[in-house]
Amino acid sequence: MDELLRRCEEIIRDVNFTTVRRWKAEHPDGKAIAYFPVYAPVEVIAAAEMLPVGLHGAGDQLELQHADARFGSFICSIVKTTLELGLTGHLAPFDGLLFSSICDSARNLCFVLKRNFPQLYVDFLHLPHNVASASSREFLRSEYARLKAALERLAERRIEDEQLREMIVRYNENRRLIRRLYEWRAEEPHRIRAWELYVLVRAGNFLPVEEHTALLRQAQEGFARRQAKPRDSIRVLVESAFCEQPPLGLIRLLEEAGCYIVEEDFTLGRRWFSEDIPASGDPLWALAESYLERSVVSSVRHDGRRPRSRALIEKVRARRAQAVIFLIAKFCEPAYFDYVLFKRELEREGIPHLLLEFEEKMYTFERLQTEVETFVEALFFE
Amino acid sequence: MTEYRGWIHQRQKELMQQWYARLDESARTGWPPAVCLMISGNCVEVLEAFGIVPIYPEVNALQLAIRHQSLEPILTAEEFGYATDNCAYVKADIGAYLMGVTPTGGKLPRPVLVLCNFVGCNTYIKWFEHVAAFLEAPLYVLDVPFLRSEEPSPADVAYVVAQLHEVVQRIEEITGLRFDMDRFREAVRCSQQVEELWSRIKHLAQRAPSPFDAYFDAITLMGPLYVHRARPEGVEFFRLALAELEAKAARGEGVYDREDFRVVIEGPPPYPYFRVFRDMFARWRATAVASTYSTVGGLWEFGFRHDPEKPFETVALHMLAHNLTNRSYLQRYDQIRRYVQQWHADGVIIHFVKSCRLFSAGQGDMRDYFTKVLGVPTLYIESDLEDPRYFAEAQIRNRVDAFFEALERHKHAIAM
Ligand code: SF4
Ligand code: SF4
Repeated sequence: MDELLRRCEEIIRDVNFTTVRRWKAEHPDGKAIAYFPVYAPVEVIAAAEMLPVGLHGAGDQLELQHADARFGSFICSIVKTTLELGLTGHLAPFDGLLFSSICDSARNLCFVLKRNFPQLYVDFLHLPHNVASASSREFLRSEYARLKAALERLAERRIEDEQLREMIVRYNENRRLIRRLYEWRAEEPHRIRAWELYVLVRAGNFLPVEEHTALLRQAQEGFARRQAKPRDSIRVLVESAFCEQPPLGLIRLLEEAGCYIVEEDFTLGRRWFSEDIPASGDPLWALAESYLERSVVSSVRHDGRRPRSRALIEKVRARRAQAVIFLIAKFCEPAYFDYVLFKRELEREGIPHLLLEFEEKMYTFERLQTEVETFVEALFFE
Repeated sequence: MTEYRGWIHQRQKELMQQWYARLDESARTGWPPAVCLMISGNCVEVLEAFGIVPIYPEVNALQLAIRHQSLEPILTAEEFGYATDNCAYVKADIGAYLMGVTPTGGKLPRPVLVLCNFVGCNTYIKWFEHVAAFLEAPLYVLDVPFLRSEEPSPADVAYVVAQLHEVVQRIEEITGLRFDMDRFREAVRCSQQVEELWSRIKHLAQRAPSPFDAYFDAITLMGPLYVHRARPEGVEFFRLALAELEAKAARGEGVYDREDFRVVIEGPPPYPYFRVFRDMFARWRATAVASTYSTVGGLWEFGFRHDPEKPFETVALHMLAHNLTNRSYLQRYDQIRRYVQQWHADGVIIHFVKSCRLFSAGQGDMRDYFTKVLGVPTLYIESDLEDPRYFAEAQIRNRVDAFFEALERHKHAIAM
């Protein structure tokens, strides 16, 4: 088990993308497409016999030398480290980059990369923000069809519906396993640590889906065999780190300071759907319809039918969390905006919360540690 | 006083007052009904077809800033939970609401619908979600696919048109009013005429000297453009504005007694220091001959017009492709490049605005493109459009001075 987790940790830290290079060596005609968080229809990429790779910045692995000047102050770190990866040649294993409409910084990053890397296929998906409209299904299907056609040109092969359905089946299985692990973790948070689940799930960003599924099964067995005793901890839900990822050290710190993390939104894209995507009928339609009807709630997906602040309360209740910790990446505007209405709703419901700000490249956490400890203590003595 | 202050200035004030008076009336009597809308790439023609008055929170926010009244609402909003790094337009607007103040002291009506025309700026959605939550008003997000290739696809247009029809239906249900197709066409016709006139005004700046400043003076013209685009008052205003500026151009009059520099300005202005900022350029007799900010409401100088023969389709096209915010970042590079070349500019001023990632994220790359690829002299300065705390006057002045000194030397070198 330790060995497995160590491997996952290595994979997610590796800005040389060794797993991607290895896959490409094994698939000489294969192409790798990196997608920027939060969500991408990976099934379409995989059906083109390409490797979809979830790119979440460079963490603390790169010193910014060029990208800072290109993006200036007041812009989040992940945007800069992603450009830095490009400007320092680290994106060499990739043939394409895919973005979607999550925020204004990410949107501009897409086009800055396009200018600087004209040899790459760089595309931008418009994921609908009006999911209540009857017309958004048709629109999103056409958007996926456009992506499919672009990938077909890049791969120089057709993508058959059968292949798409097959990929839906494989990713459904993968997501189902992840969902199960999440439920299990909420039941027995002493058995599955938050940082462990995090590295396990995030490693999937860099592996073919079948390989990741096998890895999850192995981990499942490992967790089942484990002897674990409950700790003295409070149950917290962590919210807002859906794009730029907190350092592993910070996740560990939360646990060591007395938190059972029973829910979070890290690497949300890997478990984007609350139930399986239908694997029959028109696959693009199934993908589009699922984005509109079966997506998890996220600060970057707007659904006029149900306020996200209500959804947060429901999530807190479902996981029996005692408090919410907002982990917001510095300069992450969507997270900061949502915080205002989240806070209002939590206060109405009398649910305690704490706001922490982080940067992916942070490595000392003293101040945060004191804040978390004080917060946890106050809850213990309530 | 450097800028031109003739009839245009007076009339724009009256038109803005007229709009606020309508809002005040709506707040007091409930008539006409009011709907919240965003400035960029909007569908105000649909509201005009119902006789509905638009509320523009952005205009309110900028009015607060230009009157030096934005800091208190911003602080109020921050106390409420907004971050220092959230767009200060939103904070000023929401803060003013929380404090119960308005830019003019009049009343603002409660909207019957909060209609978010999402055209690229993500903050638009968050902002209007908050407005709807605070005012307990219904929200409709009209989702406009971002322009990710040169032209919108038929699917993009169909999606927007379908939503426009949904909006019409929603408004009918909420207000009990009937959508009037003739009034709609009339509103679209007004927009078409305003766009033609505005575009001709913009082209006047291609002459040397330019009869007006396409950044600082353009902002005076943008008020009526925003609140009266689809109305006969708008057409009348721009007709007279064009006539006046044409006459000025015919007399060979520029913004200053002499036009020493021609620049293109990218990014919104620092409204809390509008005068101070303007004077920094006036000292050098530098005229902005074009600006990207003046195309937030619509980009018409390259030919697009609304068309009363195809009202829904052209409203959709306007939202999709002919406003700055819904266009891609590289299309903006290209827009500025065309300005430099066709409006004969000596350099580009990039104003990085802290609040607005839509404008600012990546402007260092933009500078890289203009200086390294095109060899255009470029100045990069930072402040904010709404928050007075981010304007470092002395520092900005030094940079502006240094830029024009260098430009002057450069010009002399070429002349010799
Ligand atoms: S961290 Fe936030 S601001 Fe930065 S790219 Fe992601 S969503 Fe956008
Ligand atoms: S982010 Fe920029 S475009 Fe968007 S509302 Fe704020 S100032 Fe306007």
